[in-house]
Amino acid sequence: MDKIQNNKAWFLVLPVLVLVAFSAVIPLMTVVNYSVQDTFGNNVFFWEGLGWFQEVLTSKQVHSAFGRQLMFSGLILAIQIPLGILIALSMPKKGFWASVCLVLMALPLLIPWNVVGTIWQILGRADIGLLGYTLDALNINFNYSRNPVHAWIIVVTMDVWHWTSLVALLAYAGLQSIPQAYYQAAKIDQASRWKVFRYIELPKMQGVLLIAILLRFIDSFMIYTEPFVVTGGGPGTATSFLSIDLVKMALGQFDLGPAAAFSIMYFLVILLVSWVFYTVMTNLDKAEGR
Amino acid sequence: MAVTTNTYATPVRSFALPKIRTKHVIMVIYLAFMLIPIYWLFKMSLQTNREIMSGFTLWPQNPTLDNYRTILTDRSWYIGYINSITYVVMNTVLSLAVALPAAYAFSRYRFLGDKHLFFWLLTNRMAPPAVFALPFFQLYSSVGLFDTHIAVALAHTLFNVPLAVWILEGFMRGVPKEIDETAYIDGYSFPKFFVKIFMPLIASGIGVAAFFCFMFSWVELLLSRTLTAVNAQPITSIMTRTVGASGIDWGVLAAAGILTIVPGALVIYFVRNYIAKGFALGRV
Repeated sequence: MDKIQNNKAWFLVLPVLVLVAFSAVIPLMTVVNYSVQDTFGNNVFFWEGLGWFQEVLTSKQVHSAFGRQLMFSGLILAIQIPLGILIALSMPKKGFWASVCLVLMALPLLIPWNVVGTIWQILGRADIGLLGYTLDALNINFNYSRNPVHAWIIVVTMDVWHWTSLVALLAYAGLQSIPQAYYQAAKIDQASRWKVFRYIELPKMQGVLLIAILLRFIDSFMIYTEPFVVTGGGPGTATSFLSIDLVKMALGQFDLGPAAAFSIMYFLVILLVSWVFYTVMTNLDKAEGR
Repeated sequence: MAVTTNTYATPVRSFALPKIRTKHVIMVIYLAFMLIPIYWLFKMSLQTNREIMSGFTLWPQNPTLDNYRTILTDRSWYIGYINSITYVVMNTVLSLAVALPAAYAFSRYRFLGDKHLFFWLLTNRMAPPAVFALPFFQLYSSVGLFDTHIAVALAHTLFNVPLAVWILEGFMRGVPKEIDETAYIDGYSFPKFFVKIFMPLIASGIGVAAFFCFMFSWVELLLSRTLTAVNAQPITSIMTRTVGASGIDWGVLAAAGILTIVPGALVIYFVRNYIAKGFALGRV
């Protein structure tokens, strides 16, 4: 659509600008402020320069948290994106059962995150939880609070349970927007099921899938509540991801300087990834003439 | 046995059946995977703590509503739900009120720095709440809003306003510009046009945006916990402190969890027909 050039439109954006400035810019500036200063308390600050950044960048603890975070996000994407597509392809196209599937699938998305954590914390326990008890009956000594591998299994399974529906719903919406004529043409050409998927469904889902990947990457990259409730970041530091480390640093130990420097770099990584995705997405939109 | 004979009797159908079956099997397994953990929580909510700890059962032996009674009669429990609902509704109204005009501007006009502004807004959706927890705490303490509902509502606008703008802009783009022009020729002023003509046209979009604002504000824990102490403490935060002298009362905890799912389930039920459309725009 052709848009009209009109700088008065700024007045319409103004409320958003004021609100977001209050709730984003001011806090962010506080963080920047802390990241270059040090204090001995009593609100007396002095200039620290880039010292905190150096400290965080060379910290082994941060390095390993970053590694764990990348591995977690990678695993999540590798499982949830294909699974989500599979579920979307398996969903009924319309009618009563389509509504039932939609409602049931959306349910985990609306459960408060710490309740999600609680659910899986209980489910994995060998004494009162279905999963833990079953595994125990199969002679697998499942203990997520002792064994790091088990902790990872439960955290990843929980995230798959929690968020795969989002990917599935996005992919489903993408599938719904494909006109029937495409399928009919494929039928006339006697295209195989795989070819229909590869050359019709996948390209048509490209846009929504990109958004799904972006959202899942970002949200898994800043995951906090669920692993915090289930494992508390443990055993040891096995499941303490970036946000868990950061909250520990900022609110637990009140190490304002390092925490602030950490925050800024954490945010910059996320910004960079978002920017890449956003650019790709807008270019796709343009290519499709939308 | 019967199945084999049947396949032999109708060879034509035997080609069609397996394909449908795989789909159904996948769906059934997936939905079971979705529902079993929720069922487990529900099961525990109907048991007394002693029954939970005394033995493993697949369903409650003596179902009881005591846990729910505890929550619904104890003020320190149910006040949490009231607090949560209060700030969620405040946040939804606030987010939509500022997002509507902004989304209109983005969908209709080009203006100085519009693309940068749009991206900057989106970056706030991507901001890790953990980064903002401490500065929010200090900011709202210094302006005297700490432990109030409005503080949490304002803090949640950080990710909800960008989201609402994004969703609404998508819906508004679908409304032909000719409608605006006709209305102006007919002598409508901008505010009157916006409220009387434009908003009804994108009612489903407003519904979807409200749904997502509600959802993300309802499920968030870190910020709402950091910004409250007593007076505005949300239910999610109260739940994390159920460890009593005799250990955790799993039954009450489970009941509290089930009650937090109820508003979400109700909201999904009402917007079920719009969800697919909201997702279709790919703007979550």
